[in-house]
Amino acid sequence: MREPNHARRLMLIWLIATVIVTPLVVILVGPNIPPGNASEQASGHVTDNTVLLGMATPVLLLVLIYLAYAVIFFRQPQGAALEGPALRGDTRIQTVWIVVTSLMVLVLAVYGTVRLLADNGAGSGSGPNPVAKPSGPKLPVQVIAQQWAFTYRYPTYGGVETPHLELPRNQMVELHVTSLDVVHSFWAIQLGVKADANPQVDNVVFVKPTHLGRFEVRCAELCGIWHGQMFDYGHVVTPASFQQWIHQQQVTFAPVTRKLPPYKTTYLPEPTRRGE
Amino acid sequence: MSLLVRKLLAVGGTVIVLGVLIALYVNSWATSFPTSVNATKTPRQAGASLTLETVAAIGPKYSPAHPDWVSYLVRRDGKWFRSTIFTVPAHSVVHVTIYQYDGDSGLRNPFLSQVQGTVGGTETVDGKTVRGIDPEEASHTFAVPELGILVPLPGVPEEAKNQCEFAPCEGAAHRTITFSFRTGAKGRYHWQCFVPCAAGWLNGFGGPMQTLGYMDGFIDVT
Repeated sequence: MREPNHARRLMLIWLIATVIVTPLVVILVGPNIPPGNASEQASGHVTDNTVLLGMATPVLLLVLIYLAYAVIFFRQPQGAALEGPALRGDTRIQTVWIVVTSLMVLVLAVYGTVRLLADNGAGSGSGPNPVAKPSGPKLPVQVIAQQWAFTYRYPTYGGVETPHLELPRNQMVELHVTSLDVVHSFWAIQLGVKADANPQVDNVVFVKPTHLGRFEVRCAELCGIWHGQMFDYGHVVTPASFQQWIHQQQVTFAPVTRKLPPYKTTYLPEPTRRGE
Repeated sequence: MSLLVRKLLAVGGTVIVLGVLIALYVNSWATSFPTSVNATKTPRQAGASLTLETVAAIGPKYSPAHPDWVSYLVRRDGKWFRSTIFTVPAHSVVHVTIYQYDGDSGLRNPFLSQVQGTVGGTETVDGKTVRGIDPEEASHTFAVPELGILVPLPGVPEEAKNQCEFAPCEGAAHRTITFSFRTGAKGRYHWQCFVPCAAGWLNGFGGPMQTLGYMDGFIDVT
């Protein structure tokens, strides 16, 4: 019996599967990928993850289809113990493989770089001097990590420090993330923000919340016995509600605000009298 | 029985015995929680009461392995007991008294020197009602972050006579702090000290700050 052209059959099956499955994955799965759309940065993550998923789907299909095809058609006949034909390389396959994978990696590298710059760091910690900064007014908020809680300081509101984070909707926020002790990581999950909180480092993140509601804050760096308990909830509120809330915080914490050190991007806390 | 089978049985048996021993050790380590202490029902006030003590060194009587570690103690049936897991009733007021026998260390974040989450937003220090203390004078805190409770505890002045060396510290120089807080729904909430008070550890953050049963624990609201 004449051997069929396996390569052509495989390619045909893969092509049909790709044309059907990839749009379904992009349309049905893509919008449901975390972190959601609570901020411009989070929406950007969903877009990026959808693009990555869209590119990965054909690759995954190729692997799965080839596996299934091999199991069905290249099965060893029962009772036979035959060696397959020796393969000594195939310039055409190798060239296609190198060109396709190189192209994919290059495209992803360019895409990732463009997206990082266009989205002002895409919610990641960009260090003390971010390359890409959004234009227009920004609300600075300092995130202070310590074992085992985050507190927040608003320098444009008299330097008041608060135990919880509230942000106004549709306002670009400039987060300055730092730590007073060990390395932590500030992760505002639904806002698509994640930034290392290192002592003596001002790690800047830009985020623009777009939807009202609650978001979860967690430490994403193993930081000691209560790392798992280092969580809190923040809120995105209307600008009017934010003004009301921040003024209430200023009143509540007025006594302790007077005891705080002047606002700085990093702190070297003293005393460390009991430490070495 | 062939030599090979005997060898396999010997190796297999040894591996199983070692595996069981390792599992027992890991299990005993992972489940070595301090005993939970119930808050006392208060006859005159609604709710329950907890009486605690903080000491600079727990001493060999309460912790032979770490006698020089800073620690909390709790009073149960009139006696001091080393545990940091407390059981309190849900939807009630818990009255806490802390006898503070340790010196000051200072807070790394002065923000934590203001009382938060207690009834009235206050504590009493040696009978005087205050809303906060000097951050430099803080010795410890009693904080339950999930419940929004933060109570800074001032230290015993350096010049005070009769400083406590090891627990128990009755009769030694101390500060008395009282406060009340309301409990809500049932649940397990962690509490901790925010002052880096572990003497001899890097920046005061090791040892008793990182070990359940000394400067941190759980409040079981039942």
